[in-house]
Amino acid sequence: MKLTGQAADTILTLMCTLPFVASVFMLALPKKTSSAAVWIAGGVASLLFVLTALLFPSVASEPLIYTIEWIPQLGLNLTLRMDGLAWLFSILVTFIGMLVVLYARYYMSPDDPIARFYALFLAFMGAMLGLVISGNIIQLAIFWELTSIVSFLLIGYWYHRSDARDGARMALIITGMGGLALFAGVILIGHIVGSYELEDVLASGSKIVDSPYYPVALILVLLAAFTKSAQFPFQFWLPNAMTAPTPVSAYLHSATMVKAGVFLLTRFWPVMSDHDLWFWIVTYTGLVTLLFGAYAALFQRDLKGLLAYSTISHLGLITTLLGMATPLAAVAAIFHVVNHATFKASLFMAVGIIDHETGTRDIRKLSGLRKFLPFTATLAIIASAAMAGVPLLNGFISKEMFFTETAVFNPNVFVNLSLPIAATLAGMLSVAYSAKFVHGVFFGKPTTQLETVPHEPPALMRRPIEMLVLICLAVGIIPGITMGPFLAAAVTATLGTQPPYYSLSVWHGFNLPLIMSLIALLGGAVIYVAYYRRLRHVDGVPLIRGLRGQRIFERMLVHLTNRWAPKVTRRFGTQKLQPQILLVVLFALGAGVAAAWGRLGNLPLPQSFDPVLGLVWLVGGISAIAAAQQAKFHRLAAMILMGGAGLATCITFAWFSAPDLALTQLLAEIATTVLILLGLRWLPKRTPFTDPVTLRIRFRRLRDVSIAVAAGLGAAVASYAVMTRDAPTVLADFFLENAYSLGGGTNVVNVMLVDFRSFDTLGEITVLAMVALTVFGLLRRFRPAKDSVERPEQQRMLGGGDDATGDRIASDFLRIPALIMNWFFPFVIVIAVYMFLRGHDLPGGGFIAGIIMSLAFILQYMAGGTRWVEERLRILPLIWIGWGLLLCLLTGLGAMIMGMPFLTSGFTYLYLPLIGRVPAATALIFDLGVFALVVGAAVLMLIALAHQSIRSPKAAGATQTRIRKEHDKWN
Amino acid sequence: MELTLALAIGVLAGSGVYLVLRPRTFQVIIGLSLISYAVNLFILSMGRLRTDAAPILSGSDANPADYADPVPQALVLTAIVIGFAMTALFLVVMLAARGFTGNDHVDGRN
Repeated sequence: MKLTGQAADTILTLMCTLPFVASVFMLALPKKTSSAAVWIAGGVASLLFVLTALLFPSVASEPLIYTIEWIPQLGLNLTLRMDGLAWLFSILVTFIGMLVVLYARYYMSPDDPIARFYALFLAFMGAMLGLVISGNIIQLAIFWELTSIVSFLLIGYWYHRSDARDGARMALIITGMGGLALFAGVILIGHIVGSYELEDVLASGSKIVDSPYYPVALILVLLAAFTKSAQFPFQFWLPNAMTAPTPVSAYLHSATMVKAGVFLLTRFWPVMSDHDLWFWIVTYTGLVTLLFGAYAALFQRDLKGLLAYSTISHLGLITTLLGMATPLAAVAAIFHVVNHATFKASLFMAVGIIDHETGTRDIRKLSGLRKFLPFTATLAIIASAAMAGVPLLNGFISKEMFFTETAVFNPNVFVNLSLPIAATLAGMLSVAYSAKFVHGVFFGKPTTQLETVPHEPPALMRRPIEMLVLICLAVGIIPGITMGPFLAAAVTATLGTQPPYYSLSVWHGFNLPLIMSLIALLGGAVIYVAYYRRLRHVDGVPLIRGLRGQRIFERMLVHLTNRWAPKVTRRFGTQKLQPQILLVVLFALGAGVAAAWGRLGNLPLPQSFDPVLGLVWLVGGISAIAAAQQAKFHRLAAMILMGGAGLATCITFAWFSAPDLALTQLLAEIATTVLILLGLRWLPKRTPFTDPVTLRIRFRRLRDVSIAVAAGLGAAVASYAVMTRDAPTVLADFFLENAYSLGGGTNVVNVMLVDFRSFDTLGEITVLAMVALTVFGLLRRFRPAKDSVERPEQQRMLGGGDDATGDRIASDFLRIPALIMNWFFPFVIVIAVYMFLRGHDLPGGGFIAGIIMSLAFILQYMAGGTRWVEERLRILPLIWIGWGLLLCLLTGLGAMIMGMPFLTSGFTYLYLPLIGRVPAATALIFDLGVFALVVGAAVLMLIALAHQSIRSPKAAGATQTRIRKEHDKWN
Repeated sequence: MELTLALAIGVLAGSGVYLVLRPRTFQVIIGLSLISYAVNLFILSMGRLRTDAAPILSGSDANPADYADPVPQALVLTAIVIGFAMTALFLVVMLAARGFTGNDHVDGRN
């Protein structure tokens, strides 16, 4: 049955979404619910396995492609593409995933957070599936990175162990660097081909190889593949990643993630391999890795370490095959990927059982386990035989194909000799380390070094191994029937043409490869016997002890992070604020001058002059300059002068037909002044002319004055140049024409804020809320400096040392103003309500009304003192903020429920009895939210600051409860 | 008129820049406020200066040319409120730093 169309699209989508959905869902489960997690993970893996299997007839001949358009203009789409190769990898990922879920169910201890394990496991499965079925190469790079990140989390699953953390970090840094290289590589490839779609890349023929960028693109892609697939010299992260739980090793480090590198090489094989560079780099990196891994594996004492180096070696074998760039070698490579995954995953699981039952993975402590674990031993022996390449097992067939390819005559003498010799040597070594594994663990005298007597694990824990070993046997004995069609599909997809003739069978006659196999088997046995007699107790790996990538890596890391980084920071960075601001200002100045240079043209002469405005700004300008001059020693004066400049600004707004701005500016000015007044008390006393003015200070001031003058001149010229040009009116016209018909208000500014640009406003009030909360949070822990704790001079002069002095001052000395301010309260509220209600049609609105309302509260504080107000009034600014934000959001969501985009506003007129026609826009509700939020935020900031005064005398020795109590009154 | 406003913006910006380069926290706060005045006026001037233009629509069939440009006004309105919040935040950070370090230098060291 051929699945096509929507059914196939759905399956593809499910493959790269369902695992993530399930993963997130699982994280929400309680920590200890292990069985639910197992069922979900197992269910997802099995479902995906079945679905993938169903797809085979559809992808066997040509790829299935499903494109979800995202930004088609930029060629950025979500493309899912499954061909024979992707199918083969998907089957591996889902099938072994399914088995590992079952295995881990018994492996993981009940004390481990099981749900987290399975959540990460599924996330990894999703990332891996997404990687292999990516039809867009950028998307491929993203899933690639995702596998690195999830594998980091999985390796570091037992994060209380430092070796797990180190291993995870190393794996992340190495593979993450590879991921970055890949990202650069695919962008370069996309640039060469002109498309990021894998389909187009694969159809580009020799375009990439002919490009001058080919070497760069090749190196980048190879860096990615070699780091991920643990090729020399990046191999060292893999043995260190063995600190992961064994199911993770069985899944990631044998079957899936490390295969991503060779998958990448295979994916780009048709368009990148036809070049000498490819041949030399890939083949010989693979060959070195093959030999290195096999040699190092022989000397490992940790069983997982042995398997890890063996994996490195086998990955080297696959890489070598891909490097040879002949179709037959590619066939062998793909075949070996599958074979290696099956026998290596089963071996990891077997080692997990041994570890689980004996409590150790140290080969020196283990022997004769055949007696205790007969079934596991049998399974592990068969799998090891497959790893060694013993006939009638799957490993033999692909290794035979490898030997065949290396033995092909090559005109280059070096290649002609090095390939077959290295291949045979590696074959011998792999026989030797397989023998070491089998003989060392299962044979010999039963071990006496264990604390407990090992038992066979539950039968279900062995089931996954049995399945895999069965596949090893089936593929090894009847390869044509079991693997034939699937391999053919994968090969067709890779080569793009009809696959070359190859024969999947055990017996090919008595030929050179068979002789090589025999030499490998016999030589391997000899090597193992020699090793067992002479080198068994050798520590480390002889001859290449100095070659420790791990140590080099760690040293580099230390240099980079602990030595060079601080050096660079010291030389090029500063913690001082002034030089930083100076740089920012100079840069802005430079950028402005560079932008305006030569483009300013002739500025027209001023057309008109208004003496009144001139006078306003004469005062305003003098205020500004005087504020700048006074800010150091006379803070109060500086603040008043700043207010003068602010008032001039306010008048200017009114002058140039912006009443809303004038109102807002005036109110914000008042609020700012109150705020600064409340803060001034906490600053240190500063008396003029205590410090001698040195030459250096003089120079600095002169420099800053010149920069300030330059900046001022620049700003003046820029604004004059803008103002004297014709304005484009497109935006203004749109809003003016549509404010009434679409927004239902005549105050265009307000309609824009609460309707047209309400999303911006939502963002802005959110910022406001965050600032208020930050202020609140900072002040909760506020501790005044020692010299500010004492009562201010003015209060001391009045005598009285109790808390209420401040309050009493208000009632004693400001009785009449206080009375007026008290009576003002309702009036100010009425003004606020009035400003709010008329906002849509006349100057006003939520922002303005909000500040007015907050000023009403502040006036009460000023009139009656903090205690007096809080005895009578419960102001809950946090509630105001919360409700304000909620109202705004609900207005937006309401529109969505009605089927319109977020924050669309509706508008109608209501007829109320007595009052009459009232405009009712949903924007009004939004504005109400703005109003509430502004009230809450402004009041929160002002009161939080005001409160410092009444708690301050005790701040130095105050108990926390006392402070809490003060705060509890108003929040 | 244009020249007056341009000079005003220049003076505000210049005074502000001088202040933000000063070592005392209070100076920096005043400086930032002055700069925000300058910036707000600058944004307003993007819509060109119009005196006596109606800011409020008188009906649905309005001629846009008769009205002041509402776009910069809407931008500046929120900028003023955010500016107020920014001043509050800096003020509190200044106070907290003063409490921690015992002085009012921007780097916490005299």
